[in-house]
Amino acid sequence: MSTVPLSAYLVLALMLFCIGLYGALTKRNTVIVLICIELMLNAVNINLVAFSKYGVNPSITGQIFSLFTITVAAAEAAVGLAILMAFYRNRKTVNIDEIDSMKH
Amino acid sequence: MMENAWIIPLFPLLSFLLLLVVGKRLKEASAYVGMAATFLSFLVAVAVLVARFNQPTFEATHVWFTIGKMDITAGFAVTPLNALMLVVVSLVSFLVHMYSKGYMHGDERFPVFYAYLGLFTFAMLGLVLSANLLQTYIFWELVGLGSFLLIGFYFYKEEAKAAAKKAFIMTRIGDVGLLIGMILLFWQTKSFQYDDIFAAVNAGKLSNTLVTLSAILIFVGAVGKSGQFPLHTWLPDAMEGPTPVSALIHAATMVAAGVYLVASLFPLYEASETAMLTVAVVGGFTAIFAASIGLVQTDIKRVLAYSTVSQLGYMMLALGAGGYVAGIFHLTTHAFFKALLFLAAGSVIHAVHTQDIEKMGGLWRKMPLTAPLFLIGTLAISGVPLLSGFFSKDEILVAVWTHGHPVLFWLAVIAAFFTAFYMFRLFFLVFSGETRGEAHDVHESPAVMTVPMVVLGVLAVVAGYVNTPWFGTFLGDFLTGESGAHEEAPAWIMVVATAVSLAGIFLAWLMYSKKSLARDWLSSRAPITYNVLLNKYYIDEFYMITVGYATKVFSLFLQYVDRFIVEGLASLIASFTKAIGTIGSRLQNGQVQMYGAVTFIGLTILVVILAFTGGYL
Repeated sequence: MSTVPLSAYLVLALMLFCIGLYGALTKRNTVIVLICIELMLNAVNINLVAFSKYGVNPSITGQIFSLFTITVAAAEAAVGLAILMAFYRNRKTVNIDEIDSMKH
Repeated sequence: MMENAWIIPLFPLLSFLLLLVVGKRLKEASAYVGMAATFLSFLVAVAVLVARFNQPTFEATHVWFTIGKMDITAGFAVTPLNALMLVVVSLVSFLVHMYSKGYMHGDERFPVFYAYLGLFTFAMLGLVLSANLLQTYIFWELVGLGSFLLIGFYFYKEEAKAAAKKAFIMTRIGDVGLLIGMILLFWQTKSFQYDDIFAAVNAGKLSNTLVTLSAILIFVGAVGKSGQFPLHTWLPDAMEGPTPVSALIHAATMVAAGVYLVASLFPLYEASETAMLTVAVVGGFTAIFAASIGLVQTDIKRVLAYSTVSQLGYMMLALGAGGYVAGIFHLTTHAFFKALLFLAAGSVIHAVHTQDIEKMGGLWRKMPLTAPLFLIGTLAISGVPLLSGFFSKDEILVAVWTHGHPVLFWLAVIAAFFTAFYMFRLFFLVFSGETRGEAHDVHESPAVMTVPMVVLGVLAVVAGYVNTPWFGTFLGDFLTGESGAHEEAPAWIMVVATAVSLAGIFLAWLMYSKKSLARDWLSSRAPITYNVLLNKYYIDEFYMITVGYATKVFSLFLQYVDRFIVEGLASLIASFTKAIGTIGSRLQNGQVQMYGAVTFIGLTILVVILAFTGGYL
């Protein structure tokens, strides 16, 4: 059937994760940061699915787990955006550099 | 009565505590508290002395604390020596208390003064009663503390402050010797008890070297306390204290403590010829050394101070020569006439408000009581026949001669000549001739000051008759516990002693009263000698450039060690910590991305570590 090896999935997932991490750590717009976090979560999903098919003990558990992750990610995005909306109402900005009130 | 002797030091202690608490409210009435306390002490002391006459030595000890299997005891003993000392100390202390009421009148810290006097008297009485070395040492230090407080009583005067510190430090140097000697004895005999130590020494349990060593070390303590050469320098400076304190320090307490210590450890000294010789030589040298300085001093109290040093040298000489009775006898008589001299000097200072004898003169008529009393004291200390000082000094000379120290004997004779000369120089300059000062309304001191002087004056005359070659050696029999203890002495010694003292008086009279001999006879003929004497042989300066300078250099070195090495190390650690803190606080900037990055880096490091170690560390 398919000849794509496990390592290709893992490399793809790694690349996605790194892009996501880079974005999450460097972008100044909080919306982009949230999107980058989604990217990292999806990289994990790819890993889970890939291992459920090509892992040492292939089983359905990985795919079910990825469904959970997607659910949690959706919830996280919803909460994150909601916080962001509230924050925007207060500060008229979504610039992550200016979100530093935790320092005090 | 003797079993109650422990109560004697408690009265002054009580007075001290009481005055400390309510002194401010009592004001000058504090004097009555102090006087009552010391008078009670005196009464009990007399009762104890009387009881001791026909009863054996009483000793009471109980275990103070136990270390391992070693019991350290505390207690007291009533021996002839300390029964006598108790009376002398409490009597002089009582008289000084009484005198101070007049002398210190109007002083702001009047109650404090009496509190300190109480502490000082308590310490000395406790010292005298002690039956073991450890207890002696405790009271010994308390005496030092008392003298420190009293010498520095006028602490707002720089000189007084310096003198107090000097007295404390100089005596501390001696105390180190005492402490080491004490520990040596304890190490060898396993006891601090005087009796046990003497028993061990007599049984020959200690090697000869060790006996000598510990005896000399303990003597170092006595040298410090009793102002013997080379630790004498604090004593003349101690004159900065109020005059009644000088009387107390110089007559009954403090300086007597050193002589008392040697006397109470006399069996230990007797066991070592070297130690005895050391004591005798130091004493003899101090006697003549201090007397020669006394010849040229111009401060009334300093002359008396040097005479004290000199007389203490006499006592040490007597003890060192083996004249136990002679030493104690002189200690007793000296206590009376020196206290008298100081109180009289205080009375003079009180009247003319100066201590410089060049500014006195012609006080004989103006002070009709003080002057004759001072004369009595002067005659007694000069060794004029029939007064107390004559008998005790004669006893010392006899002891020194019969124990075979001809050199020391002649030194002592010369010192006696000096003593007679400078004491009468003092007397003539202060009381005879014309007034040289500006003080006008010079008047006699109040009765509260003159009465103690009269009592001491009487004692200075009659105290000698307790031990004379003519009327029986009552004191000697009592102290040694055997009759006829007096040694037959060549009669010429008494003649020599009388001759030199009269010669000294005559010379002083020629120079300072009749003025047929120029006063500057010495200073014009031998200016160098005169200057050396005036500057007390430059001992203070010598200590300053040797010990003082060395200490300074050493402390400077230590200061640099502290500043650069110790402090440098400390500040290095501090700045390292600070740097970590700065980095940490820079990370803590509230930026969520920074936190994310740090977390990730941390995770990476962990993963790397895990990869290299292959699992748990």
